[in-house]
Amino acid sequence: MIELREVHKHFGANRVLQGVNLTVASGSSMVIIGGSGTGKSVLLKCILGLVRHDSGAITLDGQDVTAGDRDAFLSRFGMLFQGGALFDSLRVWENVAFRLVRGARPLPKAQAREVAVEKLRRVGLKPEVADLYPAELSGGMQKRVGLARAIAAEPEIIFFDEPTTGLDPIMAGVINELIREIVTEMGATAMTITHDMTSVRAIADNVAMLHGGVIRWTGPVSELDRTPDAYVQQFIHGRAEGPIESVR
Amino acid sequence: MTAAFGALGRPVLQALAALGRVALFAASVLGHILRPPFYLRELGLAVLQIGWFSLPVVGLTAIFTGGALALQIYAGGSRFNAESVVPSIVAIGMTRELGPVLGGLMVAARVASSIAAEIGTMKVTEQIDALVTLSTNPLKYLAVPRVLAATLAMPVLVAAGDAIGIMGGWLVGITRLDFNSAAYLKNTVDFLEGWDVGSGLVKGAVFGFIVALMGCYHGMNSARGAQGVGAATKAAVVSASVLILAANYVLTEVFFTT
Repeated sequence: MIELREVHKHFGANRVLQGVNLTVASGSSMVIIGGSGTGKSVLLKCILGLVRHDSGAITLDGQDVTAGDRDAFLSRFGMLFQGGALFDSLRVWENVAFRLVRGARPLPKAQAREVAVEKLRRVGLKPEVADLYPAELSGGMQKRVGLARAIAAEPEIIFFDEPTTGLDPIMAGVINELIREIVTEMGATAMTITHDMTSVRAIADNVAMLHGGVIRWTGPVSELDRTPDAYVQQFIHGRAEGPIESVR
Repeated sequence: MTAAFGALGRPVLQALAALGRVALFAASVLGHILRPPFYLRELGLAVLQIGWFSLPVVGLTAIFTGGALALQIYAGGSRFNAESVVPSIVAIGMTRELGPVLGGLMVAARVASSIAAEIGTMKVTEQIDALVTLSTNPLKYLAVPRVLAATLAMPVLVAAGDAIGIMGGWLVGITRLDFNSAAYLKNTVDFLEGWDVGSGLVKGAVFGFIVALMGCYHGMNSARGAQGVGAATKAAVVSASVLILAANYVLTEVFFTT
């Protein structure tokens, strides 16, 4: 279980997180929604330790995420980055198998490649893609390679940062389905940040809305349309009028 | 009055803070060099990129510099009837100063810029964050192999540059200045001492360290966007070049005046 209690983070005068409280149960899929620049990515990065929070507590199964063995902590996570963040200098299979050939118990190269090709197949990519470089792939294929890399070591927790941004609706649908299937089949805990309401409905068990540096609303995805919260209603219906300023 | 002191003090404090950050970065890189894991594939690739692929530019720089040096020394030496010193002065000039310094500056232009641009782009496209989430220390994976490779490859490049530069002087000597080929070479070999070459190689190692360190430091501290990467690249080349010239002076003081 991931728990955030009164988490604060600022960059200069910009107070991005102003006391975030959130609980993500093990094996559940939490989607965080919110406008651009509200700190959704910062929140994920604080949990991973990529950005150090100013105050508050972030725990994973009761353990402070900033304490203990960092490698052991990170080995429990997989992450799909917004732009894929694939390593340009490595072939696709080397990207997918990156963690497998390094670390405490590295796999032999041939075995790691087999696992990588299997993970690529799992995300709908043919084995021929394995020997290409990321620059030779389309945006949708890069996202799928990023997804294959995120699940390669079968992590317990997977983070998805804007998984469908920049994709056409059909490819976005494919990615949403893949995420849902993979999370269910692996029994992983998932945290996704997105603006895409189709993704929210396809991926989420629970939804949290981040606004003004705090979690404005959280609840099961089934409650999302019924909540009277004016911020949530404005956001999910994409209205310009409402409590959220359209010029930020 | 206070404002004037403030205006003077702020850049000094900023420069000292930047120096401190670079020193900490360098200490961190050095600390990781001897601690596992070791990324030998990355080290091999870096040696190839920094060493082997820099050979043409260093060689071309050296051959023209050696030739020009021979012409200048001949012209200057003829004022004192000392034209015969051309081979020995070309050899000393190339091995002690021009080989390492010009080689270092050329490698700074070629390598520091490329390292800063590559790592800076990795930073703005979240590849460095991705490395962290894959339990890989970016400093160890990106900076250590490059710094080590440049420190090891640069003396070899300097040695090659020295030989090519001396050859440039010899070519000009026998074709333009009417030197006897065998006498030119004998004069070069007889006059050159081991430390002339050795001091240049040590300088090369130091300059290689500076070049890669500046490339990695500015790349890892690149600001966002294309402009940020561009600024990091420029800062890497400028700082590496200035530090090479400053380090050259300090090393020359240490090697030849104490």
